[in-house]
Amino acid sequence: MDMSFSPDDLAFRDEVKAFIADNYPAELKAKRARSEMTKDEILAWQRVLHKKGWVAPHWPKQYGGCEWSITQRFIWNEACAQAETTPLLPFGLAMVGPVIYTFGNEEQKAKFLPRILSGDDWWCQGYSEPGAGSDLASLKTRAVREGDHYIVNGHKIWTTLAQHADWIFCLVRTDPSAKAQEGISFLLIDMKTPGITVRPIITIDGSHEVNEVFLEDVKVPVENLIGEENKGWTYAKFLLGNERSGIAGVARSKKSIERLKTIAKAELIDGEPLMKTDEFSRKVAELEIDLTALEVTELRTLAAESHGRGPGPEASILKVKGTEIQQRITELTLEAVGNYGFVQAPLGDAANSNDFLAGPEYAPGVAQNYFNMRKTSIYGGSNEIQANIIAKMVLGL
Amino acid sequence: MDFSFTEEQTLLRNTVHSLLQDKYDFDTRRKVVKSAEGWRPEFWAQMAELGLLAAPFSEEMGGLGGGAIETMILMEEFGARMVVEPFLETVVVAGGFLREGGSAAQQEEFIPGIIGGESVWTFAYAEPQGRYNLADLKTTAKKDGAGYVLNGYKCVVIAAPWADKLIVSARTSGGQRDRDGISLFIVDKSATGVSTRDYATVDGRRASEITFENVKVDAAAMIGAEGGALPLIEKVTDQAIAALCAEAIGGMKKLNDATVEYCKTRKQFGVPIGKFQVLQHRMVDMFMAYEQSVSMTYMVSLKLDEDAAERARAAAGAKVQIGKAGRFIGQQAVQLHGGMGMTDELDVGHYFKRLTMIDTQFGNIDYQLRRYADAA
Ligand SMILES: Cc1cc2nc3c(=O)[nH]c(=O)nc-3n(C[C@H](O)[C@H](O)[C@H](O)COP(=O)(O)OP(=O)(O)OC[C@H]3O[C@@H](n4cnc5c(N)ncnc54)[C@H](O)[C@@H]3O)c2cc1C
Repeated sequence: MDMSFSPDDLAFRDEVKAFIADNYPAELKAKRARSEMTKDEILAWQRVLHKKGWVAPHWPKQYGGCEWSITQRFIWNEACAQAETTPLLPFGLAMVGPVIYTFGNEEQKAKFLPRILSGDDWWCQGYSEPGAGSDLASLKTRAVREGDHYIVNGHKIWTTLAQHADWIFCLVRTDPSAKAQEGISFLLIDMKTPGITVRPIITIDGSHEVNEVFLEDVKVPVENLIGEENKGWTYAKFLLGNERSGIAGVARSKKSIERLKTIAKAELIDGEPLMKTDEFSRKVAELEIDLTALEVTELRTLAAESHGRGPGPEASILKVKGTEIQQRITELTLEAVGNYGFVQAPLGDAANSNDFLAGPEYAPGVAQNYFNMRKTSIYGGSNEIQANIIAKMVLGL
Repeated sequence: MDFSFTEEQTLLRNTVHSLLQDKYDFDTRRKVVKSAEGWRPEFWAQMAELGLLAAPFSEEMGGLGGGAIETMILMEEFGARMVVEPFLETVVVAGGFLREGGSAAQQEEFIPGIIGGESVWTFAYAEPQGRYNLADLKTTAKKDGAGYVLNGYKCVVIAAPWADKLIVSARTSGGQRDRDGISLFIVDKSATGVSTRDYATVDGRRASEITFENVKVDAAAMIGAEGGALPLIEKVTDQAIAALCAEAIGGMKKLNDATVEYCKTRKQFGVPIGKFQVLQHRMVDMFMAYEQSVSMTYMVSLKLDEDAAERARAAAGAKVQIGKAGRFIGQQAVQLHGGMGMTDELDVGHYFKRLTMIDTQFGNIDYQLRRYADAA
């Protein structure tokens, strides 16, 4: 057992920190949230990293990844979070990329992986449907084989950032007579194909992050099928396991707690900084302790993974605890700003650089962020579903 | 012991209930919130016509002679529909100041305008450094001949964009957080030296940042005695807290009903999700949180005329209960609706947002816990 960094790790840390300091695009530094960014701005940091060869720390080298050790990945995540770099979009790099290099054929790898790394293709995730959320295997979108094409009909929902997407990876039903999980296939679909319509869904914070995607007689070449027909559930589960661990967000939460503390030092209560009061500082301390536990739990999980085990059902712990902590941070940040929590920051089309934003610069948007983060216990397999997984798969109940 | 409503009170509830049913469905509210004005003056006029704005004033003042229970009934109904119009600010708070502390001349001059719906008021009290402490004031009022001159800054003044009259707390003497030395002034929003910047709030209302720069007011514009306004402010804000609690239980009930209904109809894994025991227990917890909140709302509404310490404990206690329950019910209503709960299209998220901000209004859980402990 050893939790310290080696001299090589420390040298690596200096190197990545210096790289971020020198290369993070200056124009992105003022951007608070993705919802305030254009497509090009969202991709700008990925393009820089791509040039450097650092865009996919966890991918195998043969596909353009870094194959960094878990310690290096830990250091990298910390450095990015500290510098508040734009989080890279997970849909290509963390989700469909590993599916393609694990289960795809050589043509698919050659066609898709380089463009995932470069950001030339923007991917979105077409799993959920109106009738198939937690019970994903009940999905109804149909793909019928006709010659060398599938004809796809269906309705996907909650598709994050589909409004910018070039490609969507979809779970579709290819065998309606098989048991729910067994008739599902994993299809890659070009968003420009005729028959695809994207309709925005506005969320409670006022942002446009999710969409409905309608598929009407969409012709998809059979070469876009991943692996075997009717085996899509296996690939989907592989991907969900990755999604759950990525969701822990430890390094970003650390930074958010730092921000929270800065705010709580600036906010006054009877002339004293809020951060100096017992009730508030204890709540922050509790959060930090929970985050420390999560951090070490994540490192234990990653270490097990690097020895060829997992990510097993234990990834569910990371998802549940990680999202609870993220939500509590936003809740406490809203508490910290006091009356100025009322201020609504204009978002998206409504936003304008001349907008009057009342209060200290950290206040506008704090409430909206709190509202928005309620999504984290719903998506990626809701926290209730994660508890079911732990109960069944880990505890054997 | 009797927790039943009188016939008149039931009639009042039915009147406002059917008015809102006709005029305040969720789509209408959405349009109002998005409109340039952000509220509906013609609806305000209708409220006046039906006598709703007169409810808590005595008959001598031209009102209907109601009290805290009538206010509670109205606010609960408003909460159930997320009414944005400034009943709390104009009738409960400004009306409260005039009723409890106004001179006969002030009552005569101003209450008819409130009852008639011609005049909208709000209370400008919070300052950036003061958080929820009503006495932490940098705004000053200096004697100037027969009147006063106001200088200072008030933040997040809810409903100020719609108001024509402000009640402003300012220091006439004493140090920044002294209990003594605070006075209240009636100020025309259009007075020279008053400047406002308006903005939208996250719960669908509007607020202003207000600067007072050498604003001249007459001595006749002072409510109560010079330097002695804090007890009056505490009394009236406790009345406002009781009203906010009532608004909150109106919203909580809507969320609980919507969630139970949704869980009965939404199917996953071949069964209504309400069949999952973990969700059943969650909804039971939501139900219990609501019932406890109703109890505290009744309790505080019945104790507003007790002595200051007893009243403060009642108001602080109720506000803590409402803050915690509102957070729990709001979060869980969203959670149990899954992705649907996150949409702007559904009313669920809007109730959640309003309940969240009710906790902030007039002091959040931590502030009220301290206040309770100090009053005990
Ligand atoms: C902001 C956001 C972004 C998203 N992005 C994407 C995306 O990019 N691509 C994509 O495919 N999907 C996406 N999703 C969808 C997400 O994965 C689903 O919302 C989630 O799976 C829940 O499904 P649902 O919304 O249908 O809720 P439901 O499944 O109807 O669940 C409603 C409630 O019931 C509970 N519940 C359901 N079953 C059980 C059970 N067996 N035991 C106990 N409780 C249960 C749930 O936990 C929840 O509280 C996103 C969702 C959100 C909110």
